[in-house]
Order: sequence, then C-alpha cells, then structure tokens
Amino acid sequence: MKDQPDISTPRRRGGKLQVKSVTLAHGGGGKAMRDLIDDVFVSAFDNPEIGDMEDQARLMHAALQEPGAQLAFTTDSFVVSPIEFPGGDIGKIAVCGTVNDLAVGGAIPLWLSAAVIIEEGTEVELLRRVARSMRAAADEAGVHIVTGDTKVVERGSADGLFVTTSGVGVIPPGRKLNAGRVRPGDVAIVNGVLGDHGAAILAARGDMALSTEIESDCAPLNALMEAVIAAAPDVRCARDATRGGLASALNEIAEAADVGVKIDETALPLRPEVKGVCEILGLDPLYLANEGTLVLFVPSDQAEAALTAMRALKVGRNAVAIGRATDENPGSVVMTTLFGGGRIIDMLVGEQLPRIC
Amino acid sequence: MKYADEFRDPVLARALFARIEELAAKTGASRERPLHFMEVCGGHTHSIFRYGLEELLPDSIELVHGPGCPVCVLPMGIVDDCVSIARTPGVIFTTYGDAMRVPGSDGSLLAAKSEGADVRMVYSPLDALELARRNPGREVVFFGLGFETTMPSSAFTVLEAEAEEIGNFSLFCNHITIIPTIKAILDSPDMRIDGFIGPGHVSMVIGQAPYRFIAERYRRPLVVAGFEPLDILQTIVMLLEQIVEGRAEIENQYSRVVPEGGNANALAAISKVFELREFFEWRGLGSLDHSGVRMRPEYARFDAEVKFDTRNRRIADPKSCQCGEVLKGVIKPWECKLFGEVCTPENPVGALMVSSEGSCSAYYQYAGVRARALRAEARITAS
Repeated sequence: MKDQPDISTPRRRGGKLQVKSVTLAHGGGGKAMRDLIDDVFVSAFDNPEIGDMEDQARLMHAALQEPGAQLAFTTDSFVVSPIEFPGGDIGKIAVCGTVNDLAVGGAIPLWLSAAVIIEEGTEVELLRRVARSMRAAADEAGVHIVTGDTKVVERGSADGLFVTTSGVGVIPPGRKLNAGRVRPGDVAIVNGVLGDHGAAILAARGDMALSTEIESDCAPLNALMEAVIAAAPDVRCARDATRGGLASALNEIAEAADVGVKIDETALPLRPEVKGVCEILGLDPLYLANEGTLVLFVPSDQAEAALTAMRALKVGRNAVAIGRATDENPGSVVMTTLFGGGRIIDMLVGEQLPRIC
Repeated sequence: MKYADEFRDPVLARALFARIEELAAKTGASRERPLHFMEVCGGHTHSIFRYGLEELLPDSIELVHGPGCPVCVLPMGIVDDCVSIARTPGVIFTTYGDAMRVPGSDGSLLAAKSEGADVRMVYSPLDALELARRNPGREVVFFGLGFETTMPSSAFTVLEAEAEEIGNFSLFCNHITIIPTIKAILDSPDMRIDGFIGPGHVSMVIGQAPYRFIAERYRRPLVVAGFEPLDILQTIVMLLEQIVEGRAEIENQYSRVVPEGGNANALAAISKVFELREFFEWRGLGSLDHSGVRMRPEYARFDAEVKFDTRNRRIADPKSCQCGEVLKGVIKPWECKLFGEVCTPENPVGALMVSSEGSCSAYYQYAGVRARALRAEARITAS
C-alpha cells in the first residue's frame, strides 16, 4: 500500500490505516474509524465541500439562484454481488445509478452523499479500489461526493459491502420531463444495447461457468441527457432501465401516460453474447438490468435530431429508435415479434428465474 | 446468433404460414370446428408465446398447451416435503431455478430460504454433487424433477456419487414420465386432440418407438418437434399433411437432435437407478398410474425419501381450479373462472399459473393481442 499515490490533501486528519481488513473497531467511533474514513474515503473523494469535516456539507451553486429552478433529490441503495465485476464495481454503479436518476428527470447532478455498510473482515484494499472507482465515476459525471457515513457490522450481517448514495441536482427553469407527457406518435429511443449489466453480473457470479466477454454498461448518462435536451427540446421523458430492464421502464411510462407502447423486436439492440446467455439460461433480455441504458420518448419530428446528438457521444453511439407510443392498448406494451405476431410485454413478476429445461 | 437465427428466419416462416393456411383449408376445419393440436412440452409453449405464433395461425387451428411443464404439475404435497427437508438442520437443499417459486400449502422454497433454510439454485445435479464434495459435514439434497429430459442427469449424478462414495449426497426423486401422461389425456372422455407436437428433448432420450401406440391404437399423428419457431411451424405442416392424406404416423421433424432409437447410455443409466412408481399424483390431472419414478432399493443410501421423513401428504387442488380441463384442451385458460382475477402469476391457485411454461401463466404474461381480445370477449359473454 505504500507505493499507492497519496491523493489526499493536507486537510486529512486521520492516520494511515495499517491493517489488511476491517474489524468492528473501525465502526466504533474512535480513532480507527477516523482513520478508515479519512484514509480510504475522504482522501479518494477529496473536494472543497467535503474538506471541512463538519457534520453536514454546506453547499452553494449559481444554478440554484435562478427563478423557477427546481431542486431534484434522489436516493438508492446498492447491494450487488460480486462487488467487482467486468465493467465496474459497486462504487461505480452507486455513483452512476444516482447520477442517472437525477439526469433522466432533466436535472443537472451536483452533489452526492455516500453511506457504506461494511461487513467485518472486508479487505481494506477492496474498499480503496471501490472508493477510487466512485471518485472516477464522480469526475466523469462532474459531481462531488460531499458527505458520507460508514458503519461496520458483524460478519454475516452484510454481504461484504453495501453502498447507499443520495444525490442533489438542479432542474433549470422550463424543463418538464414527465412520463405523463408522452403522446401517441412519440418515438421511443434507447441509447445502447440492452441487458449487458444483467448478463455480466450473471456471468461474473461464476456459478454456471459461462465464459463471456460481456461487460456491464455502467456509465453516467447526464452528458447524454444534456445533449438530447439541447437537440430535442420537447423530449417528453426519460427512464433509466435498471432493475426490471427495458420492459419495466416502458410499462411504467405506458401506465403513467395512459398510452400504448409498441416496440419492434427486430429493432432491439442486443449483443449476440447477451442473447446467448439468455438462450442458455432461459431468461428474457427485456427484463435484464442495465446500468447505463435509458429509454426516452421524443416527438416524432425531433427523433432524428435526438438520435444524431446521442450518437455523437460514446454512451449513445448505438442509439436507436425501438418503437412508438400509440393510442391502441393504453397502458400496455406490445412487441411486434420477428414474424409480425404481437406479444404483450408485461411487468416482471417476482424475480426472473432460469427455466428448468 | 449462429445456429439459432437460421431457425427464426421470417421469410421462411411466411412460406410455412402460407403452406399451413393452404393445408388447413383442405382439411375442412373452420373457426367453429377447429383442429386441436397439443404441444406436450412446456418448452414449445414458451416458444409459441415468445414468437407470437398462435395469433398468426389460421382460425381453424387451435393449439392446446399440454402438461409438459414439470414445475406446473408438481403437487403441493411434494413442495411441502421439499420445504420440510430444506428446513432440517445441516441440509443444503438444491434445485433448478423455477422450482423454487412453486407454492406448497406452507409456502415455496423461496419463502423457506428467506426464513433461513439453506436453499440454493443449481443448473445441474452435478453442481449439487460438487457442493457435497466441498461440504462434507452437510447433507446436500438435490430435488430432481422433470420428464425424461432431466432424468438422465439425475441418474448419472447418483452413479457418480456411488462411484466416489459421496455419502452426504442424496436425490429427492420426483421425476415423471411422459408416455402414461399422454395416454391419460387420450383416454379421458372429453379428449379432443387431433394431433400432437411431440416433445423434442424427451425424445432425444427415449427415441420414437414409445409413441407408436398413439398412431396405432388412437389413430392420432405425432411429430417430434424442435423448439425454434420454424421447427414448430414445420411440425404443424407435417401434422396437417398427415391429416389431409388420412395418415396417423409418428414422424420426426427434429432429426438434427433426435435419433430414432434415443440415447442408449441415458436409458441404461435411467433403468439402472430408477424404477416406476405405482402411481404419481399430478397437480391438475390427479393420480396417474406408472407416471413417476423412484430410486431402486440398491441406491437407498442416496435416496432422500429414505433419509428423510417425507410424509407424501396428498393435498387436493382447489375445487374451483380448472387446470385439468385446460390441460386436456376442453377449455381455454381465460375461460377458467379464476383466471386473472383470483389466480395470477403472483398468487397462483392452479398449477398452470406457476411457471412461465404453464399455459395460464404464458397467456397471462405473454398473451398475444388476439388472446387478450378473446379473453375480454369471453368475459363479456359470461357476465
């Protein structure tokens, strides 16, 4: 650990953590805890707002002064297993997930909190990697992690590491992204391939010896949303297609707007590897989780502009229109299959379990 | 995707649909008096719904979704036995994913897991055996279920446990066998099946000879079918050709996988380890003679039924549940009084709502647009 570049500033008050793994003492409120917080987290997150180490972050931003600006606030907990997986780790999804929850509402994400629950015995080096990864994702998204908390629980009371992030952002005056605004004729667009995160996690769990190269799609999408809003100012709404996949996101929108949504199976962007994993395990990629995929609805005359703007960015280079809102079957999502048959895509019931044969 | 997309080609599918249309017209069937084809296997049901095939077929052909979803036909009493084994201290209870959600009278295996039982999902009984090797101090039980498709892997696992003397592994054997089930459907007085889309994976193990009685004694055609949409459409063409030509034969559409005589090694392992039970209780169909297998006494030390006190309780299906009629093609899922109101995938009352391969659940979740319209129509007529 000595050859580790020290990225902290002289403000650090705790000492260097000397142990290999976390013990209950690191949650005890004393020096060991201060060492853990300062050496692992504060030094990685390092930013002007976190430095004062008061019990709260104190925040100022010009965008908040604008008349009509709205504050956006969201929170999410992350419990992924394994903690590190191809394409990311729990820290990266904790930052991206919260940033994306703000961004799909049209908010400019500004500040995040991070609370971690650590199982006794977790390696300090793993925590360092996760903290650095949170910082890297925060830098990519242009946000600061300004406050946080750590708790240590006994072995068996948590699965390694749980992370909760909350986020604050500002919605500039005039932006009204809302699922209820979707109208028949609007075009549904996704920014990239579906199901990569879900498939990467399944493969990384290793209990079925699948050797694949699939990486999680985990990425912040706020720059993409800004590009869309600039190119297609009347974008109706966007949803982050995380748990429950694209199917759940589309159902929520169909229900909120009381429109039908018709998607085309042949238009769905899927990697052959993800299709393969789904074939083998009997899963449906429409229900697999994504961490860097959103679906948005735009008026049809702005669809091309939105697609062009999205494709100019790395996280949007595979952007494609997948269907439309219709006045048929309000509240339902219908997919036109390869053969032209219709299939109703319902919300996921319970958990997706592999089929027996 | 290689080796799959070839069997999903929309252009070829259109040619097959046209051929089906043409042949169906020659049979004289109509919307009022349609031909009923049963797909026995849940894998076929799943493909039919996934690709929306049903609503693209002419009105004169109705597909009846048969009993081939092994999860759906599990009786509550067996799920209760599983839960009771799983709750035994020291036990690691393993099974296939979708068996974990089947409700017993005292909850599912998923519920038992949430209450602290060590229940784990595996993809093969060999994974369960590996768990037994790695946990010599624990008893690892594998809940084996399914037709002849999954039976060989259970049998080979028991033989491997025997060869390696792994004493802490046992099989809770609830495998079922396809032939008596088809026979029960053919013998039922309200039967109205005109032909069978035969199970592909089962046939890969048992071959085609066991089906001959269907053609010879009952004069019904059966075509062993693959699971891709083009396989199923070609099978329907082959069934229609037989009907038009007045034949009733056993044919094989899935010859790229299914050999005439089945798999001799798999059959040998099955008969070495398993023997027929006198009867087996099915959800929805009741008790069927010789429709299940148990472990032979020579393998008693790997038999969870011997190691644990399984009570084999019989819990009757709810009276209002019409799964039996749906299975035999007498009524459509949405014609059942419970469908979609009392009985839903979240809270299944009957067997067929349990797994995504069950026809009621498939209708509820995946139903084609036409099926939803018919369901609405049926509701209006009924009220």
